[in-house]
Amino acid sequence: MSLTSPETLVFWMTLFFLIFAYLLTKMGWKPILNAVKEREKSIEQAVLEAEKVREEMAKLKADNEKLLKQAREERENILKEARELKNKILAEAKTEAEKMRNEELAKTKKLIAAEREAAVKDIQNQVAEISLEIAEKVIGEQFSDKAKQIAYIKKNLSELKLN
Amino acid sequence: MKNIFIRPIALLLLLILPYGLSAEGGEDNAQHGEKKEGLNVGELIAHHTSDSHDYVIEIPFFHYTLHLPVILWTDKGLSVFSSGKFQGDNEGKVVVTDKKGNKFVKIHEVIYYADKVKDNPHPNVFDYDSRPLDFSFTRNALAILFVFILLLLIIHFTKKAYENRYKLPKGIAGFIEPIILFIRDEVAIPNIGPKKYEKYMPYLLSVFFFILLSNLIGLIPFAPFGHNITGNIVVTFVLALFTFILTTVGGTKHYWKHIFNPPVPHAIKPIMIPVEILGMFIKPFALMVRLFANMFAGHTILISLVALIFIFGTVLFAPVSGAFYVFMGFIKILVAFLQAYVFTILSALFIGLAVEDHEEHEEHEHQPA
Repeated sequence: MSLTSPETLVFWMTLFFLIFAYLLTKMGWKPILNAVKEREKSIEQAVLEAEKVREEMAKLKADNEKLLKQAREERENILKEARELKNKILAEAKTEAEKMRNEELAKTKKLIAAEREAAVKDIQNQVAEISLEIAEKVIGEQFSDKAKQIAYIKKNLSELKLN
Repeated sequence: MKNIFIRPIALLLLLILPYGLSAEGGEDNAQHGEKKEGLNVGELIAHHTSDSHDYVIEIPFFHYTLHLPVILWTDKGLSVFSSGKFQGDNEGKVVVTDKKGNKFVKIHEVIYYADKVKDNPHPNVFDYDSRPLDFSFTRNALAILFVFILLLLIIHFTKKAYENRYKLPKGIAGFIEPIILFIRDEVAIPNIGPKKYEKYMPYLLSVFFFILLSNLIGLIPFAPFGHNITGNIVVTFVLALFTFILTTVGGTKHYWKHIFNPPVPHAIKPIMIPVEILGMFIKPFALMVRLFANMFAGHTILISLVALIFIFGTVLFAPVSGAFYVFMGFIKILVAFLQAYVFTILSALFIGLAVEDHEEHEEHEHQPA
């Protein structure tokens, strides 16, 4: 390169560079850089949002699981309670039945005892009556046969034993 | 026989060296008798890599010279005329007279006052007494405009991909967006810091894409491409100047304190302060030279490889040249991206050094511990 007059290109280069740097900045660099920046920002935002949604989803899932677990526990509890209630009712019924039976038994025993007493009394009365009758009969026959009298008494006594 | 092989290789090695050589290359090679080979390689390279008032469109079966406007600020005011008036002369032989009576000649693409260089066949470009200020719309100015318009179109179509907010970039945006994101995430934010980087993103992106596109366009060897834009030191000077202005304007109190009162023992301060002040200028200077030298060297090598065919004077050398050219072309594609990246990351680094808040910086350093 042989050096030509330097002011020529200093002038044109400065002029063109200033004009075109201005035009390029206005028409190119600024809009492009802004667009790129905006895109980067939107991508960043989208990523952040996705992260947030994912977190929320995880939380929701955890919540669901917790709810499910709770429900399961509750079911278990209810079942357990039911089982307990059943057992209790059964046990109660059993004791009640036993009590009733016992009462019935006691009543019956009492009744039997009373009947027996009545019977014994009756027997006693009858014995007395019979004894009286026998005595009447014995007295009535006294005169006919002594041996017969004794046999008769014996016979009646044996009859009495049966009672 | 030996001479035939050694001379081109030596010439090639010399041409890879920085530009000072090829600026004078025309004369040097002429003295060494290159002309008898029918081709002055130094002049060829100088012609293809330097700025010009004419735009020669050379594609197969089509040759057309586009005469670009010459715009001069003379002692008598503005003067505008077509560069065609010089009739392709670059030796100061054709004298052009404008409407105001100024007389101009063109010597090696520099326009001088005809009467002031009559006795001096090798005038100095920096002798502003002997030439008017030249604001001509030259070939490189056209190329810069072309690159910027192309870039604006590319970015316009890229932007269209973002009209639907949530759609992923498709088509050209799929190629441009990763680069933009790379510059944001790997260049701007680590060097300038997450608080202030946004302000400098448009500059870094403009610089990166301008350099990248200029480099790539320079690799396509036919019209309307093939301009040596970033291999022109004036262009890289302007780019470095913008970085310098941004660092100087954006410099914090801490940045200036570091320059004029560096944290070193008092005895060393007289040495360190000039070094720091020099550093302010050396940083953008390095930016300027690095990009220029890389791209210019690349162009020089590519042209030299093609020129080798003519130096050897046999078409049999063409496959070798072609193979080397393709190989170099691939390296140049890599360099095109690399140099755009290097310029951008160093600009970001220098801006970052100037604008970062020291307290914030310390916080960041302590955070990992």
